[in-house]
Amino acid sequence: MLNGERITKIVLFLTSLIIIFIASGMVLTLMEGAIPAFKEFGFKFIISSDWNPTDGRESYGALPFIIGTIATSIIALLICLPLAFSTSLFIGEIYRGTKLASFIGMMVDMLAGIPSIVYGLWGFYVLRPWVVDMGFNDQGYGVFTAGLILAIMVIPYATSISVEMIKMVQNDLKEAAYSLGATRKDVIFSVILPNARSGIFTSYILAFGRAVGETMAVTMLIGNSNIIPKGLFDTGNTMASLIANQFGEADGLKLSSLVAIALLLFFITGLINGFGKLLIKKL
Amino acid sequence: MKKIIILIVTMALLTACKNNKSENVESSTSKIVSLTAAGATFPLPFYNMAFEKYTKDSGILLTYGGIGSGGGIRSLKDKVVDFGATDAFLEQKEEAEFAAPIVHIPTCIGAVVVAYNLQGVENLKLSNQNLIDIFMGKITKWNDAQLKASNPGVKLPDMNISVAYRSDGSGTTYIFSDYMSKISPEWEKTIGRGKALQWPVGMGAKGNPGVAGTIQQTPGAIGYIGSEFAFAQKISFAQIQNSTGNFIAPSLESISASAQGDMPADTKVMLTNSSDSNAYPISGFTWLILYKEQNYNGRTKAQAEETVKFLSWMIEKEAQEIAQQVHYAALPEKAVSQAKEILKSVVYDGEPLLK
Repeated sequence: MLNGERITKIVLFLTSLIIIFIASGMVLTLMEGAIPAFKEFGFKFIISSDWNPTDGRESYGALPFIIGTIATSIIALLICLPLAFSTSLFIGEIYRGTKLASFIGMMVDMLAGIPSIVYGLWGFYVLRPWVVDMGFNDQGYGVFTAGLILAIMVIPYATSISVEMIKMVQNDLKEAAYSLGATRKDVIFSVILPNARSGIFTSYILAFGRAVGETMAVTMLIGNSNIIPKGLFDTGNTMASLIANQFGEADGLKLSSLVAIALLLFFITGLINGFGKLLIKKL
Repeated sequence: MKKIIILIVTMALLTACKNNKSENVESSTSKIVSLTAAGATFPLPFYNMAFEKYTKDSGILLTYGGIGSGGGIRSLKDKVVDFGATDAFLEQKEEAEFAAPIVHIPTCIGAVVVAYNLQGVENLKLSNQNLIDIFMGKITKWNDAQLKASNPGVKLPDMNISVAYRSDGSGTTYIFSDYMSKISPEWEKTIGRGKALQWPVGMGAKGNPGVAGTIQQTPGAIGYIGSEFAFAQKISFAQIQNSTGNFIAPSLESISASAQGDMPADTKVMLTNSSDSNAYPISGFTWLILYKEQNYNGRTKAQAEETVKFLSWMIEKEAQEIAQQVHYAALPEKAVSQAKEILKSVVYDGEPLLK
């Protein structure tokens, strides 16, 4: 008979089936679209740094964009790490429960909700001139500027999850440590961090994943040159930004190459997530 | 298991009912003719205004999607639009991929201007060699001897040149690179022409607004932008040396002059490097494309008639004046009569739609 429990089960089963359908469907469509590119270039597609869309000389390689993506995301993560870490300790432990902490927490959540195009515009008018003023390069575009805006964008992600994780550490443990004469510093580093570290780590993995896939703000600040960046302040391009830029007028082999890059991006994000999960288990 | 099947069948029935309903609605509204088009973004401001005006005057609902020339061509190939729009004419090879013959109707002339940001320097002149050397990264300083030679008496600063280009595929890039390929065999050999290129130096920005913004924000920058955008934004742009050796500033007149010369009957020609002595050399047509035989995919004759009627309105005075308002150059008379002839060749069941 159809009772409430069975109906719930069926509905849950069907909805989770839909997720599987969507995910595998996406991979399949991307694979199908990417076939011509991989057929033409083979493995060279991943290691070639040539991106030449001119008719008759067409040759596509994803390496500059893979490097650009990883470089900007790592810069973002490095800048984000200390800032997000101290902010989350501030909100979640040191000033926990105070008005100041909840105000800062609110600001962090607000930052997370700002659309990326707004970050891009702000970066264009504020960060870029700043990079020029500092004398890093002539026009202010580049891998570093893009990494900087990404850092600002992912800080809220890393922070708000870390805060939750820090708050979840049981009070009994902390009280026990204090009663044994531990200082606040001892409690933070010997009680809170060991207990919350896998959660805090996950927050950074998520932040990194978001930096990898971010498109609009990066497009506006990285300089969009389709070559391997020669340094931190040189222009480059990322996988997501390249797709956003070139998809509109692409056809044939170029379109297939863009789809192949999308597929690679899909796998890279999957790898990062898998790697993160593995590390969490180890920690 | 049985229950699941019942559930699925019910859901399928429900969706089926819904489908039926929406079909009914469609068939009842299809008597009103509406035309759909999609494609190039280069003439978008012109098309938006012209389409709106025509809809207001004639009651025919016109919609235009600025999805890029590539998308416009694809949409017409898939027969999901009544006509498409493209900035680069289709090569023989590309036309062969269509199920039926298509025709090109030019609608206006756009140009690509070379904009720069140098305080106190107005009317910068660039010879062909200057232009090539800057965009290939051979001239890197504004006070280079070659640039000084083209601009006697102008004080050029000791400043690095930052080259800006379009990061997205674009008809603007195509026209610019076509001109560069015509004036320099070296450019043609190493970089070539296309909607997106492998640039040796510089930085890319998205769309005309992106490139224009980059130039305005970066002292010492130079880049190319669509004339319609540059004219509206009042950015300073360089005078370019045309094929007769004159330095010509882009203006609606000098751009229009580039279409004065002889043209093939199908208007499929790049206007760059015009032989006219008053012509601004980096100019190009933008086209609307449609099937020569309009009876396809169950289109009604009324729909075909309205398509042709609208297209002939587009090349006539009223629409051409709208084009000029939004800074595109009008078609010269000769080009208009040639386009008219092409429209007369468009048929429905073999019968011409325009007399």
